Amino acid sequence: MWIYLLILLPLLFSVLVLTVPSFQFRSWLLLLSGLLFAGIGVPLALGLLPAEVDTLWIGLDPLGQVVLFATSLLFAMCAWYAVEYLAYRQERGNRIFIFCLLIFQSSMMLAIVSRHLGLLWFAVEATTIASAPLIYYNRNSRSIEATWKYMLICSVGIALAMLGILFIGYSALHAQLPTVLILDELLHHAAALSPPWLLAGYVFMLVGFGTKMGLAPLHSWKPDAYGEASGLVGALLAGGLTSVAFLAILRGVQLMNAAGQMATAQQTLLALGLLSLVVAAIFVMRQPDFKRMLAYSSVEHVGILAISVAIGGAALFGGMIHLIGNALVKGTLFLAAGNIHRRFGSKHLSQVRGALAVLPMSGAIFIAGFFAVTGTPPAALFFSEFTIVRAIFSADKPLIALVFLATLAIVFIGMAQTVFRMSFGNADASVAENPYRDSWRTTLPPLLLLLATITLGIYQPEPLVALLYQAAALLGGSA
Amino acid sequence: MTSFAELLLLSVLLINFLLLGSSRLGALIRAVALQGVVLAVLVLVSQGISLHSVSLATIALALKGVIIPWYLSRAMADIKIRREVEPVIGYIPTLLLGAVITALAFLFAQSLPLIDAHATSLLIPTALAVLGTGFLLLITRRKAITQVVGYLVFENGVFLIGLLLVDAIPLAIEAGILLDVLVGVFVMGIVMNHINREFSSINTENLCSLRD
Repeated sequence: MWIYLLILLPLLFSVLVLTVPSFQFRSWLLLLSGLLFAGIGVPLALGLLPAEVDTLWIGLDPLGQVVLFATSLLFAMCAWYAVEYLAYRQERGNRIFIFCLLIFQSSMMLAIVSRHLGLLWFAVEATTIASAPLIYYNRNSRSIEATWKYMLICSVGIALAMLGILFIGYSALHAQLPTVLILDELLHHAAALSPPWLLAGYVFMLVGFGTKMGLAPLHSWKPDAYGEASGLVGALLAGGLTSVAFLAILRGVQLMNAAGQMATAQQTLLALGLLSLVVAAIFVMRQPDFKRMLAYSSVEHVGILAISVAIGGAALFGGMIHLIGNALVKGTLFLAAGNIHRRFGSKHLSQVRGALAVLPMSGAIFIAGFFAVTGTPPAALFFSEFTIVRAIFSADKPLIALVFLATLAIVFIGMAQTVFRMSFGNADASVAENPYRDSWRTTLPPLLLLLATITLGIYQPEPLVALLYQAAALLGGSA
Repeated sequence: MTSFAELLLLSVLLINFLLLGSSRLGALIRAVALQGVVLAVLVLVSQGISLHSVSLATIALALKGVIIPWYLSRAMADIKIRREVEPVIGYIPTLLLGAVITALAFLFAQSLPLIDAHATSLLIPTALAVLGTGFLLLITRRKAITQVVGYLVFENGVFLIGLLLVDAIPLAIEAGILLDVLVGVFVMGIVMNHINREFSSINTENLCSLRD
C-alpha cells in the first residue's frame, strides 16, 4: 500500500501542478510532495512501514530499500531548494519544470520497486524522457546540445538494455522453462537458464543501463548534461538517477549470481569500473568548468560502485554505503555549485574567483563537499572507500588496489586545483552588482545533506547497517 | 502462413535499403512508417489471432505506422526542410555497408544457439539487420530528424526480437514500452524544433560547443 502511494503521490501532485494557476503555490506543492515522499520513503526503506504488495510485478527488496533511502532524502532536499531557486527564475515559469520533476520522481520510484524486467525498462526509459526537459531548462544553445545528446545516447543505450532483457527471456525459452520476465521467477530458475543467452542478456543490460549510469566509456553525455543542467537537476541526476541505473544493472548481476556465473559478471564490472576511474582521473585534471568537474567526479563514483560489486564480499557492504554517501554528497555539491554559478553568472574558472569571500556559506559548503566527495575522513565516502580498498587487498589483488588508490589521489589533486582556484582570492568587482545572496533557503538543503554524509561516516544506525548487509547478501556478500 | 511471414520479413529487409538510400526526408519518413506497418501485420501473421496479438498489432500500427511518422512529417514541415544533404558518408557507401550488415546478420544468426522453431526462420537475421541499419543511420546522418528515424529503426529491431517472446511480455508492458518510444520521439521533436530555431538548421554538426 505504501509503495503504491509513493508511486502515485508524485503523479497526483504533477496533475495538480498542471492545474494550479499560482506560481508560488506550484513551488510549495513540489516541496510538500518532496517532504511527504521522504516522510514515507525513509521509514519504508528502513523497514518501519510494511512494504507488502499483492502482485509479483512490484516489490521492495533490500537493494531497492537502499536506493529508496538515498533518493528520497535527496529529493526532499532538492524540492526544498527548488522553491527559492525557481523564485529567482520567475520569467522561465515553473509549471513544466515541476511537472517533469514529479514525473521523474514517480518513475524513479517505479524503477526502484519493479520486479518485472519489462516494467523496470519502462520506468528507466520514463526517467530519461522526464529528465530531458529538466536539462533543457536554461533554453540556450548549449543546453539544447546537452539535451539532444542525453536524449539520443540514453534512449539508444536503453534500447540495448531492452535487447538484453529480451535475451534473458530467451534464455528461459531456450532452456524450455516457463518464459516470464518476472525477476523472482527468473532467479528461482536461474541455474537452468541457457548460459549463452543469459550472458548476452547481462552484457546488453550492463551496456544499456551502464550508459544511463554513466560508466566509462559510455559516459560521453554526462559532462554535457551535468554541465548545462541547473544545479538542482544535476544533483538529482548524479545522486538519484545513477543509483537507479545501478540498481537496474544489479538486477542483471543478481541473475548472474543465481546462475553461478558471478565471476563473469564481476570481470565485466571490474573492467568498466577501472576504466571509469582512469577516465575521471584524466579529465578532472585542469578542468576549468566546475560543473563538468562534478560530472567527472560522478564518473569516478559510478566506477567505484561497479568495482565494489566486482570485488564482492566485504566490498559489497562498502558499495552500499558508497551508494548512499554518493547520493547525499552529490546533492551538497551540485546545490552549492548552483548557488555559486548564479552569483558569478559563470561556471568557468576564468570568471569565478573568491567564491568563499563572496558567498561564505555556499563557498564553505562547496569546499567541505569537495573534501567529502574525495573520500576525506570522516565523510561516509571515506568509510566506504576504505572498506572497499581493504576488501580489494584481502581479495589479494594489490594491482587493482594500486590503480584504485592512485586514481583516487589524482582525482583529489585535480579537483583540488579547480576548487581552490575558484574559492580563494578576490572576486571581480562586477560580481558585487549581482543581486543573488546566500539565504538559508538555498544553503540549508546542501548543508543538511553534507551533515548527513558526515554523520553516516561516523555513525551508522543499527537498522541501516542491517539493511546494508541484507542488500549486500542479495549480491552474494555474506549477511 | 509461415511463408507469408517470411515474405513480410523480406520486405522489412528491403525497406532497410530504402531507408539507407533516401536523400529525401519525406521518403525516409514514409519508409519507416511502412516498416512499422509491416511489423504490425507480422505480429498477426506470426502469432495468430488472439486478443493479445490483435491489441499489440493495433497499438504498433497506430504508433509506428501512423502517429510517429505523422508527427515527424509535421515537425519536418515546421522546420521547412526537405532534403538530407551531405551525410557523413555518401549514399552508395551506406548502401554497401547496409548490404554487408545484412550479410553479417545472416552469418551471425546461424551461429546463435536458437531453439528449433526459430533456427530456420528469417526473424533473427532480419532483426539483427534492422538493428544494424538503425545504428548506421544514427552514426552516418547529420540531420537531427534522420537520427530520430535511426532510433526508430533501431527500436523496430528490438521489437522484432521481442516477437520471439510475445507470450512472456504482458500487453500492458508492451504498450508501455511503445508509449515510452512515442513520448520519447515527441520530446525529441520539441528539442529538434528548438535546435532549428537556435541554429537555423537541424544539422547536428552545430552541436559541438561542448567538449573537453
